[in-house]
Amino acid sequence: MAEPPEKPSPQAVPQPYEPGYGLYQPGYGPYDDQIPDPTHQMLAIQNAKALLLKSSTTSGLNLYDHLANMLTKILDEQPTNVVDIIETISRDVKWTQFRKKMDTLRDEHEILPTFEAAEKRKALFLKANGEGEEEIEEEEIGETSLPNVMETAFYFEQAGIGLSKDESYHIFLALKKLISVQPVPQTCRFWGKILGLEMNYIIAEVQYGEGAEEEETEEEEPIEEEEKGMTEFEDEEEEEEKDEPPKSTYKPPPTIPKEENGTGANKYVYFVCNEPGNPWVKLPPVTPAQIVCARKIKKFFTGRLDAPIVSFPPFPGNEANYLRAQIARISAGTQISPIGFYQLSEEEGDEEEEGERDTYEENPDYQPIPVAEMVDSLSSWVHHVQSILMQGRCVWLNPFQKSEEEVEEEEEEKADEQDDVQQEIGPPLLTPLSEDEGIQNNPAWTGQTSTNLIPEYAVAVLQSNRWPGAYAFASGKKFDNIYFGWGHKYSPENHNPTLPPPVQAEYASGPEITETSDPTLEEELAFKAAQEAALSTAEEEEEEEEVEDDEEEDEDD
Amino acid sequence: MDAASLPAALELAAGGGAGLSPEKRAVLGSSLLLLQRDYRFDRVWFWGCIQGVRGAYYIAEGLGPDRAAPRSRLYSLNCVEWSLLPPVTKEMIAQAEQLTGRFQGDPSFAYEFSEINAEDAEKLIEGGKETSIKEEIRLVATIEQIDRAVGIIPRGAFVKTPLQSVHENRNFEGLSFTEAKKLSSYFHFTEPVNLKNKTLLEKADLDPSTDFLDSLEHDVPQGSWTVQLEKGGTVVVLRSLLWLGLTFYHVPMTKQYGYIYFGNGEKNLDLPFML
Repeated sequence: MAEPPEKPSPQAVPQPYEPGYGLYQPGYGPYDDQIPDPTHQMLAIQNAKALLLKSSTTSGLNLYDHLANMLTKILDEQPTNVVDIIETISRDVKWTQFRKKMDTLRDEHEILPTFEAAEKRKALFLKANGEGEEEIEEEEIGETSLPNVMETAFYFEQAGIGLSKDESYHIFLALKKLISVQPVPQTCRFWGKILGLEMNYIIAEVQYGEGAEEEETEEEEPIEEEEKGMTEFEDEEEEEEKDEPPKSTYKPPPTIPKEENGTGANKYVYFVCNEPGNPWVKLPPVTPAQIVCARKIKKFFTGRLDAPIVSFPPFPGNEANYLRAQIARISAGTQISPIGFYQLSEEEGDEEEEGERDTYEENPDYQPIPVAEMVDSLSSWVHHVQSILMQGRCVWLNPFQKSEEEVEEEEEEKADEQDDVQQEIGPPLLTPLSEDEGIQNNPAWTGQTSTNLIPEYAVAVLQSNRWPGAYAFASGKKFDNIYFGWGHKYSPENHNPTLPPPVQAEYASGPEITETSDPTLEEELAFKAAQEAALSTAEEEEEEEEVEDDEEEDEDD
Repeated sequence: MDAASLPAALELAAGGGAGLSPEKRAVLGSSLLLLQRDYRFDRVWFWGCIQGVRGAYYIAEGLGPDRAAPRSRLYSLNCVEWSLLPPVTKEMIAQAEQLTGRFQGDPSFAYEFSEINAEDAEKLIEGGKETSIKEEIRLVATIEQIDRAVGIIPRGAFVKTPLQSVHENRNFEGLSFTEAKKLSSYFHFTEPVNLKNKTLLEKADLDPSTDFLDSLEHDVPQGSWTVQLEKGGTVVVLRSLLWLGLTFYHVPMTKQYGYIYFGNGEKNLDLPFML
């Protein structure tokens, strides 16, 4: 151990101007003229040494030993420019210490959430182990409903749209899982991704063949019946009470029934999950009321399907319903295809009375349109999803039709109302995009080629200005639509939440409901006096009248 | 985000569906380097892109030796030829704030004030000033607004030296997983506003070399950021709800961080209704 620096030996006192020594040599300090008490000095030295010897709680080392080791090392090795590398020496000395782990407790192995996520992802890559797998594969290879997500992602990437490749591939695998679990769907498509506050939604669009979805209708009917039962029960209670309060004359507008699964806004079934690898959750079918309300509100998604929607006007349902309504609106507005790719199927069109044809089929004679034309003119693109009417349905339905049949008495009243209801007619299926309304001065769509440098292999990409985040591409006979965004429509003006309805007017004030002030004693007395006076005069008059009457009678005779 | 790490960074920030095409990535790799050479920048950041109706503006920022000093901004319509934007003034911001609607994608497009607000236009005419504003000016003002409102860095990534200049912290090893989920570990990379208003008690724990900026936790309105773990919990992604399109990413325990903007350059004024 080296001597503590506080005790320099007398020979070692350097010359006054030696660099590094400065004013701290004896005789130059502010307190040096007073000779300190030797006992005090000793005490101070001991305290200082005790401080230096204090061992650290984390490493167990103390500074005194450390300095000693450092100085030993420096004197042994005699490196040049020691002062510049003193930190390095200090670190080296520390590293050379052998540290024995003193406690016998084991560190708990840290489990990060990343490991769990990795586990889920790994599950995607495991092949479903089953013996019959090979047979299935042979069947499926012929015709599969699995979309080529990576190919679509490649085309969108040409225009700078899309998720990272890893994520796309995970979604690809997740879709594969989806179509293997469910009753095999007719078509399946990666619809897009909607961002949320806590988690995001990855959305798959699936269409089932006919008759594959009877479970749902069964599930929902009992609820409606229950509701009816409740109202009936309440009615009975009301009838029992004899002192019946006046009934409200308000009649709620008739609820518009939702469209059958497989038609209109419910043509497709949507599955969502937060992360590829998580189980897919089926969204409930959308009702017209939800679509109508979703148009009036603007809320961020949270990422939890069961989260309530706090809004005005109140939204009928929770976030799953809101998500489904927004998906329906976005699909109706932005699902487009090159003109001529689909044609209306003629057979069914003739059967329907209304002339609304809602089915289409691929055109076998489709000739690809050149990319430049696809970008320049919007009339080379058509909507292939029916637009949703103001009513919230794709096919208009007269809300008063049923009530007319059921209640004959009210028929006359209803007839007047019925005249007011006009049938809403939306644009027919496969309407060109050039018919779309723009927003303010801006067109509804912006088209661009993926590259100007290599026009031979460019891809036509359209971007919706009404629904920011909706894109479509077309290249040769291939096209697809995708949505990445927050799930809100672009509004040039700020969102104006609907105001609450105005306060009901007060009952018209008239003499029958105004309260009169109580009469004072004087007034009462005066009234009484007046009454008595009136009585007495009346009696007198009566007598007089009688006399007169007699006279008159006499005259008549 | 730093131009040098652009390809990797774009992959990390691609969760929102926006990115760059392979062509743009390739050209940025060389054109940003040339920018650095021609303008003598210490560093070049690729800032992002503002989508107009008829085209997009790609924007880069050049940094000098003091990282907190006002940055030079450049825009390009094709990522090959870049033009320097004029420095921003308060007037520009005030004028640009009156404009609403989408960008057109043409820098020489002129917005007429008389169409927006007749009274203001009259005042301008009386004052002998121009009654129109070019889109270029709106672009500068918007970039400045976005940088000021939502340009963020992780805590400790930059240090302030005693000479008041700001540098990258070479000892920055990334935030820990628990820190990375908190808004208080991210700072606005602009002149602090709220820092001076803090009480002594709050200031007591601050380290003057790293905590010289405002943190995000008191941003108005409350909840104007989303913090998510993406890619299986390995990347922390912050998205601004006030300026939809701004994505910040940070890989905890590493030096990788940055922000990028892909949007239409409009502030989300409906935010209070949407939360």
